[in-house]
Amino acid sequence: MSSVNTSPDTDGVGAPVKRKPELPLWEIFIRGQHGMSHRHVGSLHAADAEMAMNNARDVYTRRNEGVSIWAVKSDQIVASSPSDKEPLFEPANSKVYRHPTFFDIPEEVGHM
Amino acid sequence: MVSKHTASSGLFEFLLQMGDNCLVLAHRNSQWCGHGPALEEDIAISNISLDLIGQTQLWLELAGEVEGAGRSADDLAYLRDAFDFRNLLLLERPNEDFGLTLMRQFLFDAWHLPMLKGLTQSSNKRIAEIAEKSVKEVTYHLERSTDLIIRLGDGSAESHRRMQSSLDELWSYTGEMLESDDLDPALISECVVPAGDKVAEAWRQHVTAALKLATLIKPESDFVRRGGKNGIHSEHLGFVLAEMQFLQRAYPGAVW
Repeated sequence: MSSVNTSPDTDGVGAPVKRKPELPLWEIFIRGQHGMSHRHVGSLHAADAEMAMNNARDVYTRRNEGVSIWAVKSDQIVASSPSDKEPLFEPANSKVYRHPTFFDIPEEVGHM
Repeated sequence: MVSKHTASSGLFEFLLQMGDNCLVLAHRNSQWCGHGPALEEDIAISNISLDLIGQTQLWLELAGEVEGAGRSADDLAYLRDAFDFRNLLLLERPNEDFGLTLMRQFLFDAWHLPMLKGLTQSSNKRIAEIAEKSVKEVTYHLERSTDLIIRLGDGSAESHRRMQSSLDELWSYTGEMLESDDLDPALISECVVPAGDKVAEAWRQHVTAALKLATLIKPESDFVRRGGKNGIHSEHLGFVLAEMQFLQRAYPGAVW
């Protein structure tokens, strides 16, 4: 075993140490252009809203990706449970008439 | 080569100062790439490096044109020796810890922004254009570094201690930034560069207010370490250049 401790999770003799508490997690949404909706692009850590904005700018918008940023604390998001997948989504699969696929959208309409 | 002290050689010197400041600080910050204390900080400081390298390119390109000896921005960046560099001593200070790196960035940004704002009014159109472009980036650099030194200064006992010792360590290097040098008078009277005392006053106001919020104590000493603007550097710049220039020195003209 190497004498150099490269793992942050052990104290050098193999005993686990408590990890440093991380800053709260935020979910970042970017609107790519006017008229489009915000899209989830990923998450990051930040101490508060101001820092979340700064970090989002650095991590996600450096290549001219957006016109607007939303940051939402991850623990404020209500998510569906993976075990609810069947009751939530499957009933629609067999009902082809629920999808507007029987007419063509004219090109002039553009993005829908 | 003996350089005559004409208006254009003064301008050349000034453009080297602007470019070399950006280049040396960009290199120092780039040394954090992959080593930052958190992913977000790592990306942010690398982004600042990239901004500064972009600005370096513009300043040194113009410097080469003004000099008129056919040197490109790359020639000036990679083929000059330490005594030809005109950056502030502050910016070649070693990174040490992230606290010192942030404090160095903050002290420079607080000067860089008012300087660039002044330069947007320059009678030299090319300079005004470069400043206009840089102001947007540097506004954000200052916002970020100010935010972080306030958080860390007014943070835990350990972060406060580190920020205060970083401030104490770097303080004597700030005077060089705020002093006028002998190439200024002609450039100022022709409205090429802003008056140094205006920039210094903006620096003092911003730094005093931010340090107060950060609960950091401004050092009393007014001792000034100077030399960088005249090419008299600390030993640290030699190591920076050795790393930065190695490739072009070993393989002259190598390209991607």
